[in-house]
Amino acid sequence: MSVLLQVRKLAAFYGPSQALFNVNLSVSQGHLVALMGRNGMGKSTTIGAICRMVAARHGSIEFAGRDLLALKPHQAIRTGLGLVPEGRRCFPNLTVFENCIAAAQPGDWHFDSVSQLFPRLHERRNQMANTLSGGEQQMLAIARALMTNPRLLILDEATEGLAPVVRQEIWTALHTLKQTGLSILLVDKTLSELLDIADHCVILEKGETVWTGIPADMSAEISDRFLGV
Amino acid sequence: MRRETWISFAFIVAGLLLVLVAWLGDEPFTITLATKVVILSLAGVGLNLALGHGGLVSLGHAAFFGLGGYAMGILASHAQNYEPLMIGSWAMEGTKSMPLIWLAAMLVAVLFALPIGVLSLRTSGVYFIMITLAFAQMIYYFAISWPAYGGEDGMSIYVRNSFPGLNTLDPIQFFVLCALILAICLILVDRLVKSRFGMALEAARQNPQRVTSLGIDTFRLQLTAFVISAAITGLAGALYADLNRFVSPSMLSWQVSGEIMIFVILGGVARFAGPLAGASVFIALEYFLGGLTEFWQFWLGLLLLVVILFARGGIIGVLAGERRHG
Repeated sequence: MSVLLQVRKLAAFYGPSQALFNVNLSVSQGHLVALMGRNGMGKSTTIGAICRMVAARHGSIEFAGRDLLALKPHQAIRTGLGLVPEGRRCFPNLTVFENCIAAAQPGDWHFDSVSQLFPRLHERRNQMANTLSGGEQQMLAIARALMTNPRLLILDEATEGLAPVVRQEIWTALHTLKQTGLSILLVDKTLSELLDIADHCVILEKGETVWTGIPADMSAEISDRFLGV
Repeated sequence: MRRETWISFAFIVAGLLLVLVAWLGDEPFTITLATKVVILSLAGVGLNLALGHGGLVSLGHAAFFGLGGYAMGILASHAQNYEPLMIGSWAMEGTKSMPLIWLAAMLVAVLFALPIGVLSLRTSGVYFIMITLAFAQMIYYFAISWPAYGGEDGMSIYVRNSFPGLNTLDPIQFFVLCALILAICLILVDRLVKSRFGMALEAARQNPQRVTSLGIDTFRLQLTAFVISAAITGLAGALYADLNRFVSPSMLSWQVSGEIMIFVILGGVARFAGPLAGASVFIALEYFLGGLTEFWQFWLGLLLLVVILFARGGIIGVLAGERRHG
């Protein structure tokens, strides 16, 4: 299976302070990769660096054969990355529909198909994003990213701070998305769900990749050592 | 239909009725005053695209307004004096044709807006305001010290420029022409802001980083909005110079930038008919209150204060029952 995203020896900085030291990960076509680690270990920074929002100084990020580090942020995204950011960050004064079409790109995903995935968005299509519940905003953030018709969907803490029932809806949607063959890079804190859905896991510790493997290979010792609190 | 749409529509119809009454009652001054409102509204429509929809607080739109005015003044003065206009070693005829002058005014505004936008958009917030102001002041002082076209005194155009099939010296005909241009620009801008481009522009106003993370070049997006905005304001400048048959550096002064901004804020930022409402109230205050007291601007300031403190949606926003623009 061909590799879609390949990150090698990535080091990234916030101003003068180094946040990532040696991150290595790859996402194969059609796979779902879970990026794991405790708080502050560099998961969001890694995603930020892939999307060219955080300055990467060493290493390489190749996506679909292109060197993302040579591109400007919007160009890097245009190569086919769909980011669902932490904290959702919908555009508050645009309606649901407007949020979706603002950055839409032609492809299989359009408003009708994302409405099928999240019927609630269709019901609220003319409602301002700032009047939606947290769960609905999360659905909107996923829908907005899907509407750019990405080759890789990247979700940063997509279920954080949501009610259990809404969380389940998001997980169900992620399973559906996986079945469509979409490649996904996922950061989340719910270990059981992650191990259930992921094809491959990458664990970060202090800005370094310390373990990669399939969920079945993750021993209790590994998960206690790197993920336990 | 939304309440705001009704109110905008009612506002426009009321204005047209007023002009109709003035025309039937043979009051050319009122018609000329209404023409002034229409032209200044057009300048506001231009700024509203950048400021209201794009969040680009430009204090330099007088530059485009004045450049539009000078484009008209220079072309028409060469035509009336039968002198060719020399650009380097290339000579061209002046013109008294309005459509050509409008094109030239928009082209000049675009040519200036591109470099100004490219440099200004590297900054944001108060720096953006100051850079746009600085560019406008540069052009203002250049015009003052440019004796070929009147310097500080400006220059007069003896006869209003022509439009095929119309007698532009007839106030009502010139009014209709200006009102049609305003209507066309209002509709075009409205379609633009409701398009995907407009959604992305609005989104970039709210959160530029997020728009970039969706794969959109916010710089190009905002530059495009800034340049279109300048072109519309430039067109308004050409019409304004034609209305007065006079152009001077005062059209380029920072007070004009401030006034155009007042039209937008007073009427309602990012509202369809906001600039029209703002310019109407401004001109009405200037005319009626200005007749009563020299200090009419004090009352304008007070009104502006009330709008900013209690009615951020401006006059249209208050009437439409939505007071805030996020």
